[in-house]
Amino acid sequence: MAYAAGVDVGSTQTKAAIIGEDRAIVSRSLVETGANVVRAAEKAFEEALHAGDLREEEVEYVVGTGYGRYKVTFGNTQVTEISCHGRGAAHMFPGTRTVVDMGGQDTKAIRVSPTGEILDFCMNDKCAAGTGRFLGAASSALDIPLGELGPTALRGERPVKISTTCTVFAESEVLSWLGKGKKIEDILLGVHQSIAARSAGLLRRVGIEEEVTFTGGVARNLAMIETLNQRLGLRVNVSEESHFMGALGAALFALDHILASRAPARSGRDG
Amino acid sequence: MSDATGAEIVGRGNKEGARLFRSWFEELTQAAEQDRRAAYVFVMGSLTELLRTFDFPVVFPEINSLQTAVRRVAHEYLDEAEDYGYSPDICGYVKADVATQLRGGQLPMGRIPKPGIAVYTNACNTYIKWAEIWERMYGVPTFVLDVPGTRAAGRQTWPGDADFENDRRYVEAQIRELIPVCEKVSGVKFDIDRLRENMEHANAMGVGWKRVLELNQARPSLFNALSDGTIYLGVANGLRGSAAGANYFTELVKELEYKRERGIGTLTDEQYRLIFVGVPCYPIFRRFTELFTELGGTFVNSTYLWFASGGANAGFQYELEDPLESLATGLLISVRDAMDSMFFQTGILLEMIETYEADGIVYHPIKSCRTVSTGLADNRRALMVERDVPSLFIESDMMDRRVVSEAQLKNRVDAFFEGLAARKHQAAAGSS
Repeated sequence: MAYAAGVDVGSTQTKAAIIGEDRAIVSRSLVETGANVVRAAEKAFEEALHAGDLREEEVEYVVGTGYGRYKVTFGNTQVTEISCHGRGAAHMFPGTRTVVDMGGQDTKAIRVSPTGEILDFCMNDKCAAGTGRFLGAASSALDIPLGELGPTALRGERPVKISTTCTVFAESEVLSWLGKGKKIEDILLGVHQSIAARSAGLLRRVGIEEEVTFTGGVARNLAMIETLNQRLGLRVNVSEESHFMGALGAALFALDHILASRAPARSGRDG
Repeated sequence: MSDATGAEIVGRGNKEGARLFRSWFEELTQAAEQDRRAAYVFVMGSLTELLRTFDFPVVFPEINSLQTAVRRVAHEYLDEAEDYGYSPDICGYVKADVATQLRGGQLPMGRIPKPGIAVYTNACNTYIKWAEIWERMYGVPTFVLDVPGTRAAGRQTWPGDADFENDRRYVEAQIRELIPVCEKVSGVKFDIDRLRENMEHANAMGVGWKRVLELNQARPSLFNALSDGTIYLGVANGLRGSAAGANYFTELVKELEYKRERGIGTLTDEQYRLIFVGVPCYPIFRRFTELFTELGGTFVNSTYLWFASGGANAGFQYELEDPLESLATGLLISVRDAMDSMFFQTGILLEMIETYEADGIVYHPIKSCRTVSTGLADNRRALMVERDVPSLFIESDMMDRRVVSEAQLKNRVDAFFEGLAARKHQAAAGSS
């Protein structure tokens, strides 16, 4: 049995996924990226190995992805997270033609072929508005943990209009709405709608073709899923593994390599 | 030429272009030292054929500004202009020029003379406000040539059409108004035979420039439109209407024909042929090109070589019997072509994809030039409706390194090439 791994070094979190030849996920892990990117990649991989009860030698090929992909020093090659999210999404939902990936500092709209290859993509440029960082700013301003933002927002009935397009200024706008006596849930619903609107704009730039699959860490947020559905007028696919879609895609590319070439077993990191 | 060896021929266009450029700046520096007054012009409709007849040194502020970015000192000029009061949001070329004027014309390449007159068209909205700065600084006359462009709602008109003839007369009347202004500023009487001579040089250059662009349809491509092309472009602008400029393009065509006959390209392994849309990223000029060439991509053509040569790509040939009428016709057709490559580019790009067998298009909107960049996202979408061609949309700037993020650019470029590779793989699988 050959195993393949993908390590997705993101701006805030690093994810690793290991798959078998049947393309099923054997194990996965998630660690905070922090300042030591090389160590974060190693740690994520080690934890995934541990979770799968695997030895390093059993993993024949590793693909690094994400902003820190070149810091996956033990990896065999690198693939951008844009390709990996497309590939992972198409694997989990074969009908996927459009992917929206929302991460810590960027949001991507990706149009994929039936086999998950990139046909087109757009990302936010120079600004983190409309990304997970926008939710982080709201979380900080309202002193609510990230995990509770979604459930709180879903209780909102009269969403406020978040007009700012800047993540840094979002915090002050949220505070100004608080000062005007607006309910926290209405403010948060407004924040989610604002992000959904920006994401929909990105999606339109590549062309929205169903099915649309939502990936990335923010896809765990139920209010984000709901507001995105409303904005797009459709139901997006969301996997329980959405957070690991980049790592999964990377692992699938790694498996391609193994199957295509039956590469010799990798040497260990130190050897 | 026939005695030249291959080693002498290949690459001489770049070397000679650099030499002519240095020589041009030496002349400008000399003119500045002699306190001669220059004609300040812009690349879209420079009318250098005419201005040379009045012995004006010709200064292209856009070229001066981009050179500060290529030489990695643009930020010093931008900071100086912003300290002086100009907004970070306006055109970086303008700000670098303002700082240049504040420095007495000093640039890394030499010193430019002060303006005696500014002559420009309406091809870029910023030109008009830019020239007003010199008007205020030096009290010099500015002359705007209002050149009608393609009407979005109507068909394009050509010589012989009533609408075109109306436009031509309108432009010719403006040129006739310009001549006495130039005579007054320069103290040189207009000589129509000198104009004919300059127009003849421009004709030779026009033939060459058009041919150079056509020759890059070869496989492998003969030059990179982004890097090599920008050198050729500098000569096309700075030496337009001169014997040296005409000769340069005649020899460049010979070099490229030599390369084509022998299959000598820019890359040893040209895997992807790309078209560039927009203005180059001058703050990291070489690195920006490498992001593509390292992955086997070369730029076979660029809208920049069209609009930034003022439409010289059209290769318009002047009729020398009636120079002023023909100058108006040429200006009208060429500047219109330059504007079309910015504002009506979908048809142009569709044709380029076919003739250059392009694999993809790279759109590069820039922060500090809204004239070129506004609408690129819509243009891209319009093109995608017409044709399923891979395209990349990346943003940076032509001058300001503060808004150039190499890491972000690389991520997008890498993903673009992964997509190109996937398409190639699919196409190969489909045909096998």
